Amino acid sequence: MMSMTLSEKIIAKAAGAESVSPGEIVVCAVDLAMMHDSSGPRRAGKYLDELGVPIWDKDKLVIITDHYVNDPDPGSVRTQEITHQWVADKGIENFYPEQGICHVILPEKGHIKPGLFCVGADSHSTTAGAYGAFMVGVGATEMTGVLATGEIWVRVPETLRINVTGRLSPGVAAKDVILKLCGQIGVMGANYMAVEYGGDAVKAMTMDERMTLTNMAAELGAKTGIIAPDAVTVETLADYGADNVDVEAWQGDDDAKVARTIDINGAGLAPQVAAPSNPENAADVAASAGTKVGQAYLGACTGAKLDDLRMAAQIVKGRQKSINTRFFVAPATHRIRDIAAKEGILKILEDAGAKILPTGCGGCIGLGEARLDEGMTGISSTNRNFVGRAGPATSKLYLGSAYSVAAAAITGKITDPRELL
Amino acid sequence: MSNIQGNAHVYGDNIDTDQLAPIKSYMNMEPEEGCKFCLEPLDPDFAGAVKDGDIFVAGNNMGIGSSREQAPMFLKMLGIRAVLAKSFSRIFYRNTLNFGLPALVCAETDKISKGDVLSIDPLAGTVENLSTHETLACQPLPEHLLTMIADGGLLAHLEKKLKKSA
Ligand code: SF4
Repeated sequence: MMSMTLSEKIIAKAAGAESVSPGEIVVCAVDLAMMHDSSGPRRAGKYLDELGVPIWDKDKLVIITDHYVNDPDPGSVRTQEITHQWVADKGIENFYPEQGICHVILPEKGHIKPGLFCVGADSHSTTAGAYGAFMVGVGATEMTGVLATGEIWVRVPETLRINVTGRLSPGVAAKDVILKLCGQIGVMGANYMAVEYGGDAVKAMTMDERMTLTNMAAELGAKTGIIAPDAVTVETLADYGADNVDVEAWQGDDDAKVARTIDINGAGLAPQVAAPSNPENAADVAASAGTKVGQAYLGACTGAKLDDLRMAAQIVKGRQKSINTRFFVAPATHRIRDIAAKEGILKILEDAGAKILPTGCGGCIGLGEARLDEGMTGISSTNRNFVGRAGPATSKLYLGSAYSVAAAAITGKITDPRELL
Repeated sequence: MSNIQGNAHVYGDNIDTDQLAPIKSYMNMEPEEGCKFCLEPLDPDFAGAVKDGDIFVAGNNMGIGSSREQAPMFLKMLGIRAVLAKSFSRIFYRNTLNFGLPALVCAETDKISKGDVLSIDPLAGTVENLSTHETLACQPLPEHLLTMIADGGLLAHLEKKLKKSA
């Protein structure tokens, strides 16, 4: 039997082939498809209806609303109406309206398992790879093809292996690892590739932290990010109600060929901050320290998971935010919000002056209260800082970990979070 | 599928989807209106300058960013008939082809200047720069995509396929 990476094994299974190798184009059967209010019923759904064909398998489709929720704008409201109507018409059971951000909801509701071949109509669909699934992002038209046929063509990607050695220091998080990579290999450093993360530092990470790595594989241009499942995966998935989790079948072979391996010294890593307006402008926090920020935003599928809120709470506990800085926290899902409330974390954040916003994409895409003002500089725990992403074209956005965002909220300027631990 | 001939609109690396389709251009706007904001943050004159049949030329990592399809949709609506780039961001690449708009990988886009007249054979993967009399090599499209493009994109292709099997 040919040696294969984890991604290759999942693609081979989905293609019904014994083995596959990079460069080969195969047609895969889709185990799970996800779409949200932006890409879903109003686009892919509409196209499907125009084709006049049914959904290939309703049980394999998950629909989540998170992009245009809590927005009074008539266009956003209309999008919600279309979504709810379509879901009702089609009788789709896996529907999670306004309960959280799609990439975090999917595993939380037990839909993701190791070995699944999944597609999502959103670029950060790579996130599910943290659980040992292979998930790629596609556009709405491509999703229509999946809805109609249950299949998609894939070019088998080369694998880029990232080994994060040692243990991350206090105040340093998965976000710093991935920003470091963005700085090192750039936003197309892994174009078309599957990025597989491993090494001691990754093994020591919680699932929340691993999801930050796979989420931002998208910022490396990768087709997906993936991490071999282990006991941590099983334990977390058990919490989320996913059973029959097979870990052994879904490990890459030790001698499988990879295109490139990059070692990152986790123990020596400093907090990273990406300067405007590209994630690849990442550098040690010292390079941007002292830059004044008018807003600190803890949010998105990347940076508002439970562990992110916990990190921020560690920094702001007993402190007060700067009077010059708005501080917003938008927990990624309701479940996370509720646990954070129970753990007293929300109170710590609120006592420090944070305003808790409703769950959803919000500030990440420049919607709602956390939209940056004209000319404003902000820092956020999100994944992208392209011009105009989070506010008007005159606004500027830095990216950092939850620690770094919290530290900036307190001091009013970009700050090495280790100084506040 | 016949040759595509038109004026080149030349841009650099990392043209992202937040520029090709700024959020305001599709949130509460019909595409006919929204496409006028295509590339506005980078070049406010772009949308007005495109004529039917023109060709978009970029450097590396064309279409980086979100999966929003408005990016290639707006280009197509404005009249762009092919996109050439040294490399593409993968979702944009698929989205563009799915709209029946040829996206060709061309290592030599540096040899194209703004306003050059290009003639492209999307099936053979050749680009002729009629202004400089140079022929540039492109990677031909993978075979399984040629039929889809010839059919006019994924939806038209599916329609044809599903009708055939019905
Ligand atoms: S939070 Fe931001 S990155 Fe995540 S799904 Fe929403 S818009 Fe995309």
